[in-house]
Amino acid sequence: MQAKRRLVKGNEAIALGAVAGGCDAFFGYPITPQNEVPEILSSEMPRHGRVFLQAESEVASINMVYGAAAAGLRAMTSSSSPGISLMMEGMSYIAGAELPCLVVNVMRGGPGLGSIAASQADYFQAVKGGGHGDYRCIVLAPWNVEEMYAFPGIAFDMADRYRNPAMILADGVLGQMMEPACIPSEPPAASHPEKPWAANGRNGRSHKNVANSLVIDPHELRDHNRKLQAKYQQMQAECKWDTRLADDAEIIVVAYGITARIAFSACKLARKRGIKAGLFRPITLYPFPAKPLLETAANAKSLLVVELSSGQMVEDVRLTINGKQPVAFYGEMGGVIPSPAEVCERIVEAAQ
Amino acid sequence: MSTIIERPGTQTPEGLNCVFEKPRAMSDKPFHYCPGCSHGTYHRLVGEMIDEFDLMSRTVGVCPVGCAVFAYEYFEFDMVEASHGRAPAVATGVKRCLPDRFVFTYQGDGDLASIGMAETIHAAARGENITVFFVNNGIFGMTGGQMAPTSLIGQKTTTSQAGRDPMLTGQPIKVCELLSSLDGVAYLARVPLSSPKNIKTCRKYMRNAVRCQLEGKGFALVEALSPCPVQWGMTPGDAIDYIDEKVVKVFPPGEFINKLND
Repeated sequence: MQAKRRLVKGNEAIALGAVAGGCDAFFGYPITPQNEVPEILSSEMPRHGRVFLQAESEVASINMVYGAAAAGLRAMTSSSSPGISLMMEGMSYIAGAELPCLVVNVMRGGPGLGSIAASQADYFQAVKGGGHGDYRCIVLAPWNVEEMYAFPGIAFDMADRYRNPAMILADGVLGQMMEPACIPSEPPAASHPEKPWAANGRNGRSHKNVANSLVIDPHELRDHNRKLQAKYQQMQAECKWDTRLADDAEIIVVAYGITARIAFSACKLARKRGIKAGLFRPITLYPFPAKPLLETAANAKSLLVVELSSGQMVEDVRLTINGKQPVAFYGEMGGVIPSPAEVCERIVEAAQ
Repeated sequence: MSTIIERPGTQTPEGLNCVFEKPRAMSDKPFHYCPGCSHGTYHRLVGEMIDEFDLMSRTVGVCPVGCAVFAYEYFEFDMVEASHGRAPAVATGVKRCLPDRFVFTYQGDGDLASIGMAETIHAAARGENITVFFVNNGIFGMTGGQMAPTSLIGQKTTTSQAGRDPMLTGQPIKVCELLSSLDGVAYLARVPLSSPKNIKTCRKYMRNAVRCQLEGKGFALVEALSPCPVQWGMTPGDAIDYIDEKVVKVFPPGEFINKLND
């Protein structure tokens, strides 16, 4: 259990974090820039007596996850943007059937085949549902390698608690970069809550269990949807966020994932130029930390949202701020990463 | 293999001989199937298998999308409702995690041979230790009688109204023949559900397919050629004749692979 500080790649951290988080079964299909995740798990999972299987497609991966999750196991898959698009049908079924699972998206540039460079252009897909029907996923956004290691376990716990799919929304930089991190050489024993609803063979149970998202009667389906919506409301209490230099900030920079790292550096540069800039970092993108953002921004004059997209999370920030302060936006697309100096210039502009 | 007759042959409290009854693996829910459809027969045979091999406590079935989408209502064991065509992937997820469970899929020809062909072939190629009960009626029944990849040449459907034209949509896909080339397959058989004799044959094939999984042999599939009188536009009797006269010529019955004794 000794946690030695060493250089760890983001994707390696996800893989080891999944093992530590009690993942029982991994199903996946190769796609750049997340390939280290299945590569490492192909040996780590069997080493711990767990299941690893390379599926024939992302469509099959997510449906294997569906089967394993229905049977009561902690199941996950990992992919990148185009592969995640293929999984959307399965995610919708898993959400409809109220099954817990973990999906990792190491985002790359889009639309279409796009690029293999880092992007945050899948925010809408991740936090607004993504597949068909009214559903939401729990979405966690790590910003460093240590969080890449810690979040699979947190995501599994939240997924189990709400019987809902959870997603870790990372990006190509976080997946591919190495930085020092403390990762135990052997995973701790993860908790596995009872799952009396699992379709795993009756084995003396008085009733059958069925994992299902088909509710043919409109009134019953409405009630099922109301139950899901109530669950999503209940999740709001579990939103997570982080603030840096925000207490006296006149301008709040809102960013998540790798962009938040750059934005934090930019805030420090801005402070050297006499602008009191602070960072607000949503950690759960869904549930979005709206109330904490409102409180953090209460005394700020303005906000700036920075994303590797054309402007997606900025919509949730504007909905939250609701016109109380101006909300500026700076985004780069296609895998272009802004430098701290470039973000700093935008902070200076927005602060004027 | 005589345990299914366990209760028939016993006596009721009134002293009557019990000669026939519903398998314990089946619920009391009345079938929703159309007149002349053989899903009910095939469901019953599945129920018989679960009883016969005493699998109720450790079975996880996977339902398709199609006419049998409500299959979970008719059985008393645990089930997972898959999305269209993905049942073999879902079953793989269950079986890999719980290898001591009996895991089967129940799929129609649209589900298995059209949208789910990739999942079918790859589960077979991996030698996934699951059992597939496949219903081939050559048409999309639930959605209103559209052409399936298994529709016969010249067959009139709502999307091939002048009859299936091979120049336009190719030839019927023969699933057993297609899967025969894969080394992971342990058992493959096809049988028309067109007579009591054939139903008995189907029962025999299904027994073999179940045994394959219980003995860890690998992927097993039984294809039941079934009538769809409503979407074929025939009486139930004519639909049975159509199977025996036309369908079996394109889809010849028999065992294609049997590795039970390997």
